Amino acid sequence: MAEENVVRTRNVKKVFVMGNVALEALKGINLEIRRGEYISIMGPSGSGKSTLFNMIGGLDKPTEGKVYIDEVDVAQLDAYELAWLRCRKIGYIFQTFNLIPVMTALENVTLPMTFAGMSTDESIDKGIRLLTMVGLGDRFQHKPIELSGGQQQRVAVARALANDPAIILADEPTGNLDLKTGKEIIDLLRKMNEEQEVTIISATHDLKMLDVSDRVFWIRDGKVERVERRADLDLNIGTVEGE
Amino acid sequence: MADQKGKIGKQVVLPLSKAVEISVKSIKTRLGRSMITASGIVLAIAFLMSIFVSSSINKALLEKGSAGISIQLQNLGEEEQVKQIWLVVLSLLVCVVGIANATLMSVTERYKEIGTMKCLGALDRFIIKLFLLESGFMGLIGSIAGALLGGLLITIVSSINYGLEVITKFPVIDFLYYFVIAVALGTVLSVIGAVYPAYTAARMVPADAMRSEI
Repeated sequence: MAEENVVRTRNVKKVFVMGNVALEALKGINLEIRRGEYISIMGPSGSGKSTLFNMIGGLDKPTEGKVYIDEVDVAQLDAYELAWLRCRKIGYIFQTFNLIPVMTALENVTLPMTFAGMSTDESIDKGIRLLTMVGLGDRFQHKPIELSGGQQQRVAVARALANDPAIILADEPTGNLDLKTGKEIIDLLRKMNEEQEVTIISATHDLKMLDVSDRVFWIRDGKVERVERRADLDLNIGTVEGE
Repeated sequence: MADQKGKIGKQVVLPLSKAVEISVKSIKTRLGRSMITASGIVLAIAFLMSIFVSSSINKALLEKGSAGISIQLQNLGEEEQVKQIWLVVLSLLVCVVGIANATLMSVTERYKEIGTMKCLGALDRFIIKLFLLESGFMGLIGSIAGALLGGLLITIVSSINYGLEVITKFPVIDFLYYFVIAVALGTVLSVIGAVYPAYTAARMVPADAMRSEI
């Protein structure tokens, strides 16, 4: 099971056409992510990092090449299947938390379960269990506005886990948090990665992320510049900070 | 997890009761905004209802009222009524445009919420359902308020003009009939006004949820 690829891309290219200009954001990306890995995607803004991230998350389709999520070619899926994939297979965590403001923490966590067809009682039980797991067991009736940034991101982590996804996609999950809270979220993600065996893929600028990642993909200019394992990382962090 | 590998299902659901719950919450949370949006429909339906009720009061007084009032009423021209109908139709149209405008704005404001819902697995039609329900509820409440307001005001104005006979000869059946029509019309128009914005919202791509600017 450990050797299974949960995400695989084959020569993925993406071209954005803006007026008369065609911009090649991805220039042939090949990567494989195994089940249960903790992956960081690093790269400067404009490197194609977000585009790649959207492809892996089933949010966008490649112009050329193939993206396989759980060995399913994303390009072959219709709107219903894509929605199903997003609902059950992938959990999303955003930089700006993106909780639904009119709903309580618990309702935010149970919404994906409702979409997945779970009964109300069952989803409430599971929602409370997930919120307790992320350390918010006593705050589930609070609205997002009544929670701190770190707490909102914890709710988002619980929501991402709602339907036991295979993958959690985190887009700069620490980008709007202070150092300490950011570290807490990173640790929480690592814990979920270990306990729930969920694959975590995160796009980030945050060097703290590297510490916990199994592998780091460096994206530059629409290509994977290099892939590093955690064991090799310590040597290189110095140079990164110098960039 | 592993046993589901390679198998993709299709079924994603949003039960009506849950959709109703979410849209009612949406209205409540943005109460101020919702009231301003609904005020357009309140005024238009109040106007419509006042025309309805005043014509049925006039009819009732002509048939059953005393001779003095009948002469007063016969002096009201046909032309006046046609003008009023035009005004009502115009005010209803303006109201639909107003609702479309307000809903479009709320769609723009909530792009992140919509994108997030789609990331969580919402289908286009869930988004359409939520926006139409929200607008429908606002229309329903606004129309009830407007119909009561319009009916009440015109009854008061008529009693001042023609005396208490308006109250004793009040056409209750007609009033209820027009009330239902006005409320139904207001609700339907609110839903119609929200169709285009809801469609725009549904077409937003889930990747919009990732955008951190704006």
